[in-house]
Amino acid sequence: MKIGVLIKQVPGGDSPLRVSSDHSWIDETSVNFETNESDSYALEEGLQLREKKGEGEVVVISMGPDGRTQKIIKEALSKGANRCIHIVEDNARETDPLQTAIIFAKALKNERFDLILSGLQSLDLGMGQTGVILGELLGMSIATLVMATELTNESIRVKRELESGWFQWVTLPLPACLSIQSGLNQPRYPSLKGIMGAKKKEIKPLSKSELFDGNEHQSITRVYSIQKAKQTEMISGDVNQQISRLVDVMKTEIKVL
Amino acid sequence: MDILIVLENKSGSIHRMSLEALAAGQKLASELNLSLSILAMGKNGGDLANDVSNFKADEILLLENPILDNYSSDGYSFAFTSILGQEKPKYLFMGHTYMVRDFLPRVSAKLQIPFISDVIQFNVDNDAPVFTKQVFNAKLAADIVSNSHGTTLVSFQSAAYQSDQVESGSAEIRTISIDMDASVIKTQSEEPFKEEAGGIDLTNAEIIVSIGRGIGKEENLSIVNTLVDALGAELGSSRPIVDSGWLEPSRQIGSSGQNVAPKMYLALGISGAIQHVVGMKGSKNIVAVNKDPEAPIFEIADYGIVGDILEIIPKLSEAIQAAKN
Ligand SMILES: Cc1cc2nc3c(=O)[nH]c(=O)nc-3n(C[C@H](O)[C@H](O)[C@H](O)COP(=O)(O)OP(=O)(O)OC[C@H]3O[C@@H](n4cnc5c(N)ncnc54)[C@H](O)[C@@H]3O)c2cc1C
Repeated sequence: MKIGVLIKQVPGGDSPLRVSSDHSWIDETSVNFETNESDSYALEEGLQLREKKGEGEVVVISMGPDGRTQKIIKEALSKGANRCIHIVEDNARETDPLQTAIIFAKALKNERFDLILSGLQSLDLGMGQTGVILGELLGMSIATLVMATELTNESIRVKRELESGWFQWVTLPLPACLSIQSGLNQPRYPSLKGIMGAKKKEIKPLSKSELFDGNEHQSITRVYSIQKAKQTEMISGDVNQQISRLVDVMKTEIKVL
Repeated sequence: MDILIVLENKSGSIHRMSLEALAAGQKLASELNLSLSILAMGKNGGDLANDVSNFKADEILLLENPILDNYSSDGYSFAFTSILGQEKPKYLFMGHTYMVRDFLPRVSAKLQIPFISDVIQFNVDNDAPVFTKQVFNAKLAADIVSNSHGTTLVSFQSAAYQSDQVESGSAEIRTISIDMDASVIKTQSEEPFKEEAGGIDLTNAEIIVSIGRGIGKEENLSIVNTLVDALGAELGSSRPIVDSGWLEPSRQIGSSGQNVAPKMYLALGISGAIQHVVGMKGSKNIVAVNKDPEAPIFEIADYGIVGDILEIIPKLSEAIQAAKN
């Protein structure tokens, strides 16, 4: 069983987000990058499927600039992924999901994965498309928003999240490409042994520019802060002043005390 | 054809977000003087077509094909690829629903055309729409343009446009068909189901104290419980708290959890992602505490405090106790 997992580095929750001076993206200088949340769940699912099967390999695939992508790759290898393919992006970052998926499809077509897993969307752009498009380009069967998996020999049965608390089981023939929703497992932490072992694992670099066909189907023209629409009373002062005003609001304005 | 709106068929009725996409489509049509068509499909598609026949549109298309009666990603991505090939619209507008997330990227792949997803608005610039979407967990916005020579696929976030803004008019129904057989569907779908009922019903709560990832650790839940008791509130949460297994799933509020509208919603360490906000924005009073002054939750809050919840929660509990005595 050969399982590919797509992971992406995105700004961590506590990172400062400032628009770059030319408004083309964010200023990344002081940003701390980490693995996109749903991608961590996708990796964990891949590792568990390999463990249940008792054989096979989990290959992590990531595109991005050198340092910060290496960081999340090493974490994935420490958690137990067998090897990695790093599509190195030096200058402009890819923001068109179709182009990203085309690049991945070219990089992966000879791998012949039985399963490809990805997080359902990235925290930065949030298009929620790359994994699905990749599955289509590689001619795999596809399911999104997966909350549970059951693997058999030729197929995989998955529980999909639908709207308003509904779910549905769908059975897909292999090879299959799944986008994973957060919460379907509890992602592991790297063990000390894992961290030591990761150093010996293969990281295959590919150059994005050699895979890129030059077509950008959609382009970001400007990034900026959102204007506030609603009038919010921001309660200022030190903590004690804030709390006494808030209690006053609860008493006299909201009337819940 | 310029703009095509496809109605999402929710077991025989129109999905609310399809009407919001229609409102967006009508706006673009009038600003750029474009034609607008509406397509109904799926089970009882004829009823859906009739339902929109009083809306302003140039024509209504009806596609009836038993293979499309039940939704499948394989069937829909195939059908949409054919329809777009036949009708060649410049824009396809739909709601950013679970269904659209599921199959529309595949149409983007098959036709090699862009899909601009989860859009919150558009503005016309140089005779072309510029689409805006929230990025970085709704903390920033990005303007996006399409470079497509064919169709551009667009999905709109819930409530980006208002369904009550749909303009009325009238349009004729034209029946269309596509060449398709059941063998395109490679997957087997079982009946949709709801998870075992039970758990806590938050929909009638007067006061909800809701916690997000800002709470940091499971151990910190105890200080929250004290506040919940002091206020006589119910405890709710964002999805990551449930994903981590710290609270039971029924406490989750948002698009994949409960939809609530209490008199007071106290959001503690919740960033305000759209999937959370759709479940609580109807609350009468929203109070948000977050250490990040830029957190999007403040966009919808009536009252906001920038601060550390781990410091504020215990002090607030005390102050509330004192105020009650
Ligand atoms: C299809 C789909 C369905 C989803 N359904 C839901 C749903 O039903 N409900 C839901 O909630 N989410 C849902 N999500 C997830 C959603 O997109 C967000 O990821 C989630 O709501 C974020 O939760 P959060 O605000 O608790 O965490 P984060 O976004 O990580 O925010 C944590 C916040 O806490 C603040 N903070 C940190 N420490 C402190 C401190 N000490 N004091 C004060 N503030 C602090 C931070 O500034 C930050 O704003 C869904 C996503 C998808 C894609």
